[in-house]
Amino acid sequence: MKDIKPAILLFIIFTIICGGIYPAVVTGVAYALFPKQAAGSFITDKNGKEIGSRLIGQPFSDPEYFWPRPSATAEFPYNPLASGGSNAGPTNPDYLKTVAERVKGLRDSGISGPIPAELAQASASGLDPHISPEAAVVQAPRVAKARGMAEADVVKLLNEHTEGPQLGMLGAARVNVLELNLALNGLKAD
Amino acid sequence: MNTYEWLQTIIFFVLLLALVKPLGAFMARVFQGEQTFLSPVLTPCESLIYRVCGVNKDEEMGWQRYAGAMLLFNLALFVALFIMLMTQHLLPLNPQKTPPFTWQLALNTAVSFTTNTNWQAYGGEQAASYFTQLAGFAVHNFLSAATGIVIAIAVIRGFVRRKTSLLGNFWVDMTRCTLYVLLPISLILSPALVSQGVIQNFSAYKSVPLVQSTSHEKPKLDEKGSPLKDAKGNPVTQNATPKEVTIPMGPVASQEVIKELGTNGGGFFNANSAHPFENPTPLSNFIEILLILLIPGSLTYTFGVMVGNTRQGWMLLGVMLFILIGAFGILQWAENSGNPLVTKLGVQSINMEGKEVRNGLAGSNLFAVATTGTSCGAVNTMHDSLTPIGGMMPLSLILLGEIIFGGVGSGLYTMLAFAIIAVFVSGLMIGRTPEYLGKKIEVREMWLSILVILTAGVTVLILSGIAMLTPSAVASMANPGAHGLSEVLYAFASMANNNGSAFAGLNANVNFYNLAGSLAMTIGRYIPAIAVLAMAGSLAEKKYVPPSLGTLPTDKAPFALWLMLVILIIGALTFFPALALGPIVEQLMMVGT
Repeated sequence: MKDIKPAILLFIIFTIICGGIYPAVVTGVAYALFPKQAAGSFITDKNGKEIGSRLIGQPFSDPEYFWPRPSATAEFPYNPLASGGSNAGPTNPDYLKTVAERVKGLRDSGISGPIPAELAQASASGLDPHISPEAAVVQAPRVAKARGMAEADVVKLLNEHTEGPQLGMLGAARVNVLELNLALNGLKAD
Repeated sequence: MNTYEWLQTIIFFVLLLALVKPLGAFMARVFQGEQTFLSPVLTPCESLIYRVCGVNKDEEMGWQRYAGAMLLFNLALFVALFIMLMTQHLLPLNPQKTPPFTWQLALNTAVSFTTNTNWQAYGGEQAASYFTQLAGFAVHNFLSAATGIVIAIAVIRGFVRRKTSLLGNFWVDMTRCTLYVLLPISLILSPALVSQGVIQNFSAYKSVPLVQSTSHEKPKLDEKGSPLKDAKGNPVTQNATPKEVTIPMGPVASQEVIKELGTNGGGFFNANSAHPFENPTPLSNFIEILLILLIPGSLTYTFGVMVGNTRQGWMLLGVMLFILIGAFGILQWAENSGNPLVTKLGVQSINMEGKEVRNGLAGSNLFAVATTGTSCGAVNTMHDSLTPIGGMMPLSLILLGEIIFGGVGSGLYTMLAFAIIAVFVSGLMIGRTPEYLGKKIEVREMWLSILVILTAGVTVLILSGIAMLTPSAVASMANPGAHGLSEVLYAFASMANNNGSAFAGLNANVNFYNLAGSLAMTIGRYIPAIAVLAMAGSLAEKKYVPPSLGTLPTDKAPFALWLMLVILIIGALTFFPALALGPIVEQLMMVGT
């Protein structure tokens, strides 16, 4: 078969091009143009130490912090090494029990009215860094009380951290929970 | 849908349609061996490759040799990846000291990436080294995509050529496809994704402190690392409070683009395009959905140009668009209506389980239909957690045979097989000899077309049936009852149609699914591919029949409508019983209780 030689050689050549040269070029261009994003959009503290990525959510459960979405990652919530969703089906009894428990926890924290869906339902990645502005607003009274702040000040900070749809139309309005909580801690330090 | 969602959906489809013509025309030039604006740079590279490989670029192949070359090349792909997965602990670029795959998982994964399926029974951040991701998965993303595209091109040549047995040179087509089409688009759009926050580096995974450490119950392990159980058989747990977490890194952007462009779908991370490092913003989400539909959509125009009547291509694209938008509408309605069982607990009525906030409902649903209408299979939403009727949309798009845009190339050639069936059936109804694009459709073409469109479906039904009778396969279901059946049906539909997405609750890394799945992916990829090449061979040898008064015009709206009906009827006849027992029963249970 005279096609055996091209089969092997072409495969080797394209492994070098697509698996070696191409990612190397992309990495070079990425670091030249967008070094921060290429490295993982890390947030650094005053000493330049990396204290988290703005794209990777963290778990918060204390009342003085805004709470993120429930996370279904393995081992513990917001485990970045085990990204993934609950994969619970809509009629699964265990899943419905979990949601009922989450609703009870949110009610106990003082939220009345319909619970914003994303606070009761886990994200796809388990690392979702965002909640909707509505889901943040309902938490503002609790956060204000726990921190001894005026609710208006918390809402003001919250509004500063709300992003609208991208380019005015893409996606949904959202609040980055980690950044908002770090900003709250920053206020305390001042 | 709110105003933003309407706006972004409309802009999406307008942009897609605007890109179909330029890219389609460009691909037609590439595969007809004409000069393009990239030729000055790429022709020397191309010639060098042919010289090194000993390819005579003017030597054309008959269908048998074309198919043989395709199979040999795919065998090389498979063997190389299989070995790589089994030995990745010995290879470079493995900062996390990732261990090798088991042979069953390596077999399944190597078949999966070679067949353009990208079914993943492993989680990328824990199981694959950087070397495996680059030299293995990324390379396969390019080459399995190119394989699909060049088969479609050979089939188009079968329609165009007269009284010849030659369909082109497989090596030349593969080289031109990769160099002129896949690499340039990937090179341009990878940095665009990085600008949005998709990572691209070779660092070791990074540890960061948690702002608030939270405690959780962790299973206690014995000295050998297996979980301890108490006297009653319940796992023993201990309280753990992690103070820091480890964030995975890697060359993601370069992989992300070709994963979507080549309708491959294998995620760098377990969460695939839901992971904020793979798809960080609504704009990156928009680009990724566009990439998924770009080549399959444009190939319809390439087809039109090559057969000398672009309306033939627009007609196929129209059918695809209509069904895709219909499925999107139903999915959007279902997810917006939410899950009444959850609403009853006091939660807003919209289903956000398994979705990301930044993508919004429309951005999640558009991705879901695009990735399953094509054979991509990347996900930004966990399909397992969609409402039952919502989840039936991606499942149905896969079961229709991956023709609603379809995989790169494979979507077009399968769609052409459907067109032949439609022409034949209508020919029977009006008592004329069926013709398509000036070629008489005879018994041989009919047999081969049927083989193309029914192989995957039959495989799905038989293997799902066997799974239901296999205790270890049933034990893998994550959700009880009707939803569990949907998980298994989806798994085999996804593998046999080379999609690769999953109702991911199903624990697929068990021997049954790894082995039966490998079989399904192999059958689903190569039997239709060989059948369609054989058909191209027989069409190329026929003479051209000029259209007469009795010829059914295949570039007009009535034929589009007819083709759509044929597709939907064949889909419904094959799968309605299975769908009735899975998603439809579950929907009734959900609404009724």
